[in-house]
Amino acid sequence: MTATQEGTTEMTSPTPMERMALHYEISDFLFREADLLDERRYTEWLDLLADDYQYSVPMRMNVKYDDVARLEQTREGAEVCWFDEPKDTVEMRVTQLETGVHWAEEPVSRVSHLVTNIRLDEISLPEVEVSCRFLVYRNRVADETDFLVGRRRDRLRRVGDDWQVCRRTLLLDQSVLLAKNLSIFV
Amino acid sequence: MTIEDLERSAEQIRASDLIDIESGQISREIFVDDRIHKMELENLFPRAWLFVGHASQVPNAGDFFSSWMGSDPVLMTRDDKGEVFVLLNSCRHRGMRVSRYDEGNTMQFTCPYHAWSYSIDGSLVDVPGDLHGVPHMKSAYQGMLDKAKWGLVRCPRVHNYKGLIFATWDPEAPDFEEYAGEFHWWLDNLTDAFDGTEGETEVFRGVMKWRIKSNWKFVSENFLGDTYHGASTHASVEAVGIGPGGRGKRRHGERQNQGGFSKGRMKTSFRLGHGASDNLAYELPYPEFAEPELTEYFDAAWAKRAEKLRAEGRPLGGRGPATMFPNMSFSAGFPRTILVAHPISATETEVWRWFIVDKSAPDHVREWLRQYYMRYAGPGGMTEQDDMENWDYATQASTGVVARRFPYNYQQGLGREQLSELPGAVHSDHAIAGEVNARAFYRRWSEFVDNLDWPELTRRASVDDRVDAIIGREAAEA
Repeated sequence: MTATQEGTTEMTSPTPMERMALHYEISDFLFREADLLDERRYTEWLDLLADDYQYSVPMRMNVKYDDVARLEQTREGAEVCWFDEPKDTVEMRVTQLETGVHWAEEPVSRVSHLVTNIRLDEISLPEVEVSCRFLVYRNRVADETDFLVGRRRDRLRRVGDDWQVCRRTLLLDQSVLLAKNLSIFV
Repeated sequence: MTIEDLERSAEQIRASDLIDIESGQISREIFVDDRIHKMELENLFPRAWLFVGHASQVPNAGDFFSSWMGSDPVLMTRDDKGEVFVLLNSCRHRGMRVSRYDEGNTMQFTCPYHAWSYSIDGSLVDVPGDLHGVPHMKSAYQGMLDKAKWGLVRCPRVHNYKGLIFATWDPEAPDFEEYAGEFHWWLDNLTDAFDGTEGETEVFRGVMKWRIKSNWKFVSENFLGDTYHGASTHASVEAVGIGPGGRGKRRHGERQNQGGFSKGRMKTSFRLGHGASDNLAYELPYPEFAEPELTEYFDAAWAKRAEKLRAEGRPLGGRGPATMFPNMSFSAGFPRTILVAHPISATETEVWRWFIVDKSAPDHVREWLRQYYMRYAGPGGMTEQDDMENWDYATQASTGVVARRFPYNYQQGLGREQLSELPGAVHSDHAIAGEVNARAFYRRWSEFVDNLDWPELTRRASVDDRVDAIIGREAAEA
């Protein structure tokens, strides 16, 4: 029996086997979530987001070496980000995508979310802090192709037999966005 | 045809030949042709007053913000006396960009290539940007290098309009006030606080920057007065309701008793090329919010502003969207934001967006606005996403050899312009569909691109022949 199935107890010193099992389970969850997005099954996808979900994509800036830690990215909750919003706004975006007259995604883009370098940073059940890398590939119409690559931090919460994402922060490796828009979820 | 013939024919390109204001037709060449783009870079951008950045981005001595003026990278700096300067970001020795940072603080820019250094410290040099340090000064130049002559190229004309920093490379250009003309009322609404306190605004940290495969003029024209695109382009976001009133309410936050976005909203077109999608008599109160405390806050601000402006005899309208010729666009209401369309090539543009907030805004107001701005504007904004789709694919579908033979149509409201109380301006006769602003923009554009000198540019703008046409038309109708 893995510690995750024991529920709310904090996994202070998980055994290697417990850790592997949890890593596998969470990886599978993240891959499933990416599939739902890429298949545009938005209603099912929204069910995987906690009600207190917060989605943030700070902007990146070119600053001096000494300033990187403090100033290299814009601050969530205070400064301008590509995205910095609660689940309610994410739901608005889904509503827009489903109107059929959202021209930025009409015809729909072909999108693949690749999730890799998955690490469990902090295990304090029912929540787990996960770090990973993302590569989001978008191709639309004919030759319009975007590669969005960077680091991602997810905070997942055990809910029943499944998981929910309650916090997602992505650091996109671009200062000037080279895609014409971000009409897809990164 | 010989090379000489080709060169001769290239020399003969005149922007004014591609603009037919009388019939409302504009050639697609001006949106896709490389030669026209080169003429813009040479004749328009170095002579116009351009928006560089906001003073609140460089609050302290030594602060700098990296920007662009047409094809040239510049640094907006603040010296130790508090003055804002604009310097060409290119070393005088071999041209290296002396700073590749987006922003920061330094009293000296040292070129990485050969370490020529330029100071903005007034105690070390006479004028900020002057050459300060040169390796091997004595042995390589026998100490004879004239440092005062080899400083960073300084933009000769910089103007701070209530925090908006404008600059032009042209020493002959008219003063900023003359260049802006009566369009300043819109700049006032952009820069004054919501309660009318003058200039008490700043920008949020973080300038959105993104590349689009579009000609820059599509962007300028969109905000200049094209409210015609809203119903179709933005149908999806309007169906969602992302505005102050919450779901099911308009995205700009009009109150229901305002008759929507359009009623009474005749456009204003300036002979100087500027344009706004509204007019000074069109008073649009601040929105009714889903959160009552926000409505209360903004109602109080509106009341204070209305009282102050009426006492001073100033108009209450004029919030845009608007474009100041050539490439600075803004909205002064909901949202309140500045956009600059930097030209990269005929078919590529780098768009920058700043977001404005009252210096005195309480935390909850500031945070509401920040979130509203992000879900509204920029590449992730639910409104602006759809604009980019149009601009990019309009540009692409206009580059074809056959497509280029067929002009765009600018005939809305042709010959139906209306008189304005503002000198040098006329209005559209229709609240949504009117292209008078675009016609005036492209006429002014062609005058710059054809490199008319300043006396001629000034002369042409001093008499608005559209006013005579309206008076003649009305007399004939009477």
